[in-house]
Amino acid sequence: MKKLRMVVAGNGMVGHHFVDQILALSTDIELTVLGAETRPAYDRVHLSEVFAGKDPKDLSLTSREYYKEHNVDAHFGDAVVAIDRDNKSVKTESGRTFSYDKLILATGSYPFVPPIKGSECKECLTYRTIDDLGEIKANAKDAKIGVVVGGGLLGLECANALKNLGLETHVVEFAPGLMGVQLDQGGSKMLRRKIEALGVTVHTSKATTLISEGDDTKLRMSFADETHLDTDMIVFSAGIRPYDQLARKSGLEVGERGGIVIDYHCRTSDSDIFAIGECALFGKMIYGLVAPGYRMAEIAAQQFVDADEKPSFTGADMSTKLKLLGVDVGSIGDAHGKTADSICYVFSDEKAETYKRIVVSADGKRLLGAVLVGDCSDYDTLLQYYLNEIDLPGSPESMILPATDGSAAPALGPAALPATATICSCHNVSKGDIVNAMDAGCCGLPDVKSSTKASTGCGGCAALLKNIVDHEMEARGLEVNKSICEHFQFTRQELFHLIKVEEIKSFQEMLDKHGSGRGCDICKPAIGSILASLWNDYVLQENHVQLQDTNDTFLANMQKNGTYSVVPRVPGGEITPDQLIAIGEVGKKYNLYTKITGGQRIDLFGATLNQLPDIWRELIDAGLETGHAYGKAVRTVKSCVGSTWCRYGVNDSVGMAIHIENRYKGLRAPHKLKFAVSGCTRECAEAQSKDVGVIATENGWNLYVCGNGGMKPRHADLFATDLDDQTLIKYIDRFLMFYIRTADRLQRTSVWMENLEGGLDYLRQVVIEDSLGIGEELEAQMHHVVGTYQCEWKTTIENPEKVKRFRQFVNSNASDDNVVFVEERGQMRPANEVERQKLIAKSA
Amino acid sequence: MEKAKQVVCQTQDLIPNSGVCALVNGKQVALFYFPEDDQPVRAVSNWDPIGQANVLSRGIVGDLKGRLVVASPLYKQHFDLKTGECLEDDQAKLEVFPVSIEENLVLWG
Ligand SMILES: Cc1cc2nc3c(=O)[nH]c(=O)nc-3n(C[C@H](O)[C@H](O)[C@H](O)COP(=O)(O)OP(=O)(O)OC[C@H]3O[C@@H](n4cnc5c(N)ncnc54)[C@H](O)[C@@H]3O)c2cc1C
Ligand code: SF4
Ligand code: SF4
Repeated sequence: MKKLRMVVAGNGMVGHHFVDQILALSTDIELTVLGAETRPAYDRVHLSEVFAGKDPKDLSLTSREYYKEHNVDAHFGDAVVAIDRDNKSVKTESGRTFSYDKLILATGSYPFVPPIKGSECKECLTYRTIDDLGEIKANAKDAKIGVVVGGGLLGLECANALKNLGLETHVVEFAPGLMGVQLDQGGSKMLRRKIEALGVTVHTSKATTLISEGDDTKLRMSFADETHLDTDMIVFSAGIRPYDQLARKSGLEVGERGGIVIDYHCRTSDSDIFAIGECALFGKMIYGLVAPGYRMAEIAAQQFVDADEKPSFTGADMSTKLKLLGVDVGSIGDAHGKTADSICYVFSDEKAETYKRIVVSADGKRLLGAVLVGDCSDYDTLLQYYLNEIDLPGSPESMILPATDGSAAPALGPAALPATATICSCHNVSKGDIVNAMDAGCCGLPDVKSSTKASTGCGGCAALLKNIVDHEMEARGLEVNKSICEHFQFTRQELFHLIKVEEIKSFQEMLDKHGSGRGCDICKPAIGSILASLWNDYVLQENHVQLQDTNDTFLANMQKNGTYSVVPRVPGGEITPDQLIAIGEVGKKYNLYTKITGGQRIDLFGATLNQLPDIWRELIDAGLETGHAYGKAVRTVKSCVGSTWCRYGVNDSVGMAIHIENRYKGLRAPHKLKFAVSGCTRECAEAQSKDVGVIATENGWNLYVCGNGGMKPRHADLFATDLDDQTLIKYIDRFLMFYIRTADRLQRTSVWMENLEGGLDYLRQVVIEDSLGIGEELEAQMHHVVGTYQCEWKTTIENPEKVKRFRQFVNSNASDDNVVFVEERGQMRPANEVERQKLIAKSA
Repeated sequence: MEKAKQVVCQTQDLIPNSGVCALVNGKQVALFYFPEDDQPVRAVSNWDPIGQANVLSRGIVGDLKGRLVVASPLYKQHFDLKTGECLEDDQAKLEVFPVSIEENLVLWG
């Protein structure tokens, strides 16, 4: 039989996803891809990251080689210019023709530039492609001021880019508010307030009438209200328009305001032509997000499968969660409360600068929409309520009100989710699919993942998926397999217990007694860490070496080019001028890149393996110690200057911070640990974002626990109040040891506490009331660790055998010729790929 | 007569159940040492094709489903030390080199 000839016009995100779908389906299709851009598909959604330093190459979703390998005939930089429907062929810009049996239009959309006089000038740009990005960068070089026209989602993202390029940034919006589509008035106001605080000026209700030359600037924008704004460049982000010209010219049905009309099967008015992604119009709507486009691609591909029932596209949810200029913004469903008789609840906190609104049905049962600005922590839960029409709790406002006296908002357990609930949106896997897979014999997370593909996309649903799988396993009376890896059928907690009770002193002994195989990169460091927490031996002792991650082996942090960074300990952030000079001198001598860390220390980057011992010898001579920045261990205790200097301080926060840091330095734990001490309730040290936070009061110290920053920030909980110095230390001793004993591998204190049955209250019982009767034991263990502390670097440089380990090559004194640097802002940094090739070629 | 094999280093330069790097004819080679195995040294290229840096000798070794592997210290992918294959990405592959031990010397080829 003759193969089906399929031509895909457009190789953007959706076009490529379609190709991948077809490749997964069958080999009986002859695929041709014609893309207007000169490069194969790339990730447009993360385009802005290039401004933050990402290499455009890292955005690519595919490559010419990949297409070649899969027999896809792909041509780039050659747009389709005409469709001949009678002869079933398309013609490209370069004059080639390609015939098709089926044609897929995935041409996407382009930025709309309003017809304003002067908008053709060369400083007027748009933002959609990697090429656009280059233009923006080039223009920004000799510009001081930049304006973005359009205060929607993409406009604000672009404003962030301009700001990162160092321009004075303005946003000009025609409507009265920012992000009018996704936000209500209140949310929009809060967003504006936050964005303006970041230094971006917002002008709303401004209709631009003319762009002309400025007096001192390159351009001047004149507005209908007779005001004007001077600028050096303008980026238009005033909405998108579908690329539908091809369809229009060939007589396919298009919408009144553009867009190629498609049906449930993504078919256009010609049954041999399909349209998907941002060029397609479904139910009078253009879906300007990537997930609906992917869904269309999947559905269109399924039409070529031999099956009785073909899946349909039925629209898509446009709820979004994103970070704009660092501000969290979320919008779900009917954000504006347009549904008849709907009720809305609003919580606005001008101090914390957060705004939350939910729109609820007249009977109070269903969530219809939501707006979140400044804090999106409720987004996932709200979205599940909305998508799955779950009954709301009796007082819906509790969903967005801050938790008072420990009564947190009702979380949504796996049991409450209906079978239709979408768990993984990347691969469109519902809870029902997961349950079915388990009914069909999948047992455990890895099985479910490989059979349903859930959580193999962006990974955002990993925690939820695990919860559901665990819940289903338990419901089936199956033992949830919590073993940390294939070599040990135990949880970390059980391993800890075994090692402690049987006084096991090495990995090999543990493996012989309780494990199988050789071990791996999961169980080795985990057991290494437990051995260190319990016995506190030197981590580079012969039998422990093989257990450590490279960071622990070489007592430094590996960076992307294979070099290391070095962080001396600066307890409490207090450092003498002499120590500063010593660090500076080392940095200078070894030509290291230096940067101040968030934990009040100094990080020296770019040291090669063989330099590490020499660098440390000099630092140690200057009285410095290792900062354990490389270990899953106690990192820093941040502090403010406290009562010694500050007008408001009520206690010596620096003194306490130094005391705490010296006590726990080097303590190995399931994950890194961060501390802070503030001298009064003004909280300048941000103690409430740490694993352990201490704040001075008139009567002693308040202790906070289980906070963290990072990917998923969490506010710490108030654990105990008005403690004296001794009790404070006692509680911290017990808290830390209990955590080390019972937490899972790589589980931070926040997640650990949330998973403890009984949560914070239980933790208080164990630590304060000693309900398990292990208080003294925990303290004794801590005393042992504190008493056996050693600076690992000191021990290392005193031992020539250990120093040998830091040779780049065992048989040569050469250095890694792949490690090359360039200068930027007066310091060196790793060369990027292009620079590296050049430098290496030059030296060769 | 058979040509004498090139000496890479001594066995005491190796670290049991762990890796070191050697420079052989201008090429960076990661050497892993498993004293208990029939074939106690394994050699692969030190270049991590995914992380794009010369780091594999500094990864943790172990076994996964019976395959002897090293985990990249950068992004944690596993590479089979016998075949060079990457367990997570079939596009990525390491060069594998024959090495052997005689007396206390590690020999190339
Ligand atoms: C800066 C930015 C940030 C974004 N952020 C998000 C986000 O956070 N979340 C989200 O869901 N979405 C986001 N989007 C939207 C998302 O990128 C789009 O929804 C998605 O790219 C649409 O895919 P597509 O394939 O339909 O169109 P595109 O990716 O635009 O691809 C269409 C391709 O077809 C080519 N083409 C056009 N005409 C022809 C022709 N005649 N012949 C051949 N080729 C042609 C175009 O040059 C283009 O390469 C963002 C977009 C931008 C620009
Ligand atoms: S927290 Fe209090 S004591 Fe510390 S710097 Fe701030 S105001 Fe001063
Ligand atoms: S991992 Fe941390 S240090 Fe690295 S880029 Fe992300 S936020 Fe920055």
